[in-house]
Amino acid sequence: MKADVGTPIMKSGPGEFLRLASKFGGTAEYIVFPVLALLASLVLFGIFVAAFGKNPLDLYFYMYQGAFGTWFSWQNTLTRAAPLILTALCTALPAQLGMVIIGGEGALLIGALCATSAALAMPNAPPLIVDIAMAVAGMIGGGLWILLSGALRQFRGVNETISSLLLVYIALAILNFLVEGPMRDPTSLNKPSTPEIGAANMIGNIPGTDVHWGLAFGIIAAIASYILIYHTVFGFAARVAGGNLRAAKVVGLSVGKLILIVCFLAGAAAGLAGMMEVAAVQGRTNANLAAGYGFAGILVAFLARQNPLAVIPVAVLLGGIGASGGLLQRRLGLPDASVLVLEGMMFVMVLASDTLYGRLSFLKGKS
Amino acid sequence: MNFDKLSRRHLLKGTAALTLGTALPLRGAFAAETTVGFIYVGSRDDYGYNQAHAAGAAALKKMSGVKVVEEEKVPETDAVEKTMESMINLDGATLLFPTSFGYYNPHMLKMAAKYPKIRFEHCGGLWSEKDPKNAGSYFGYIDEAQHVAGIIAGSMSKSGKLGFVAAKPIPQVLRNINAYTLGAKLANPKATTQVIFTGDWSMPVKEAEATNSLIDQGVDVLTCHVDGPKTVVENAARRGAFVTGYHVNQSVLAPQAYLTGAEWNWEVLYPRFVKMFTSGETIPNFYRGGLKEELVKVSPYGAMVSEEAKKKADEVKAGLMAGNYVIFKGPIADNKGATVIASGVSRGQTDPELEKMSYLVEGVIGATS
Repeated sequence: MKADVGTPIMKSGPGEFLRLASKFGGTAEYIVFPVLALLASLVLFGIFVAAFGKNPLDLYFYMYQGAFGTWFSWQNTLTRAAPLILTALCTALPAQLGMVIIGGEGALLIGALCATSAALAMPNAPPLIVDIAMAVAGMIGGGLWILLSGALRQFRGVNETISSLLLVYIALAILNFLVEGPMRDPTSLNKPSTPEIGAANMIGNIPGTDVHWGLAFGIIAAIASYILIYHTVFGFAARVAGGNLRAAKVVGLSVGKLILIVCFLAGAAAGLAGMMEVAAVQGRTNANLAAGYGFAGILVAFLARQNPLAVIPVAVLLGGIGASGGLLQRRLGLPDASVLVLEGMMFVMVLASDTLYGRLSFLKGKS
Repeated sequence: MNFDKLSRRHLLKGTAALTLGTALPLRGAFAAETTVGFIYVGSRDDYGYNQAHAAGAAALKKMSGVKVVEEEKVPETDAVEKTMESMINLDGATLLFPTSFGYYNPHMLKMAAKYPKIRFEHCGGLWSEKDPKNAGSYFGYIDEAQHVAGIIAGSMSKSGKLGFVAAKPIPQVLRNINAYTLGAKLANPKATTQVIFTGDWSMPVKEAEATNSLIDQGVDVLTCHVDGPKTVVENAARRGAFVTGYHVNQSVLAPQAYLTGAEWNWEVLYPRFVKMFTSGETIPNFYRGGLKEELVKVSPYGAMVSEEAKKKADEVKAGLMAGNYVIFKGPIADNKGATVIASGVSRGQTDPELEKMSYLVEGVIGATS
């Protein structure tokens, strides 16, 4: 619309911070606009809460207190963030290829089932071996699950968004079938569950904290994904294919292979999240695992604008909102749904801020 | 960890808010003598499982020296562990009621071991000697109330076909279906109960479909065992069928269709527990009871219920209140023809065999798997 879009941009003093920021996956706009959008949604939420007769200043105070105000709050936040980093990668990685995968929940459930099966299959192995086997099984299970969506898209032209979503319900049905049937621990009377993997095989918390190791693995996976996407030939090829499919084919990239590999990696991340839920939290597989981490991951990925590195702070932010949501309920008497209202506002604001890109030339670094 | 900072800041802000004349609930978290925390898995106005607990919590709010903090829609993951810790650390709660079944193991047990001075009370769990002593479980024999409701349903059904929309074929649910059917057969020996399992605790769409399909097959009285009976009650009433409720009294949703119902009576139990707790008396680790112990109750009968039906139901209810009536008394056969309780065997409410129930009695149309 404006003439300055696409014309060379002057490097008019973006500042060292913005230049640094622009090094990580885009121009400074990619940092400034989401932050502004988040602030705007917080202001809107304050107005929303004020309309119900609550003091917005109390709201912000409790949100800060519940999410980051004390060491306990920080641990609460990070615990909730841990599975979200991994499930967000399940959406963010295929997004590099222009695919919208929203079935991370299914990969998480299948990953949990595979990990539990692996642990139950080796009752006498040393814990370290069991945990490695669980992680490998969980990642392969989750990876193959999303690979299904990728293959359906590549070979049969099925829309990957719909297929990955529908596969969530199939995964849940498989989980319920196995947990209530062949894999059921007969002593789990009123809560059908698989047998426990055993206390010795639980991977426990990061020393000195209440936060389980899933957080560390999530951060490692996010950094590895970032390097893969932005600093390897493979990642470059994936982004080329995502940017222009036909051009990618013309230059001879094997797009089908890219799709399948990226889908497998995406599913493996969510599968690892499922393994972590079993090995660090639940100790077995049952319906508790379908807690919506996979769906929350979609929100994280979109808020992070599909950047694997940005997934980390956004997951922490959403973890913090979840952690402070409880305090908002207890102190301000707000219903649980108010947190969903805030998340919805954030989502809409970040999507709406898309229209601003390229309009404010002073924010653009060299592209 | 400096949590005093929160309360001090909190009080200061409270004073400021007071001068501003706002009606914020800033009474100071540590001011009350006892803070009791309630955690719900669903929304607390679901006309069902969670609302029943919230009604119990509301009864505590009337007691002096007791402050109640509540959190709803907490999933059965480590989120509930953090909610418990948050209530302990930030609100000063000393007695916690994590009310959903899936909170018990491992979440509540883990927290009970971590905070030995805090008391944890769980609904529905099976506390055993190996579990922490500061944890406890309680539950009501609600099949007694379902049995009485079954008598009313069997009497009021013209077709003799009753319908039961159930979540999962687990012992607690099967026990309700069986007690209901045995009650209906007291009123009408030919009565049958057709059961549909929806597969999960909160599946409104499937519950509505099940309700419609049962009515299409000639069922004219329905009940359910799902977390929120609202869908079943409203849809059945819309189709002109009668319903008997579950968890709480749903008569406000369908006054012309609501015959009676099986309700929890947490508003009696929770003040009882809190009185024990504040007076320093130990709450029993394993606490159960039925109509007699006032842990469950039967909804008042609707105006359309016949005198004859009321009389039959009241007779059995009086027996249950007196403690001399047994629902699961042999001979009882399952719906495949096998004897499950032999003649002469009487399984009273506390019988552990009933906790493992895996069959549907004769007269129930449906299968557990």
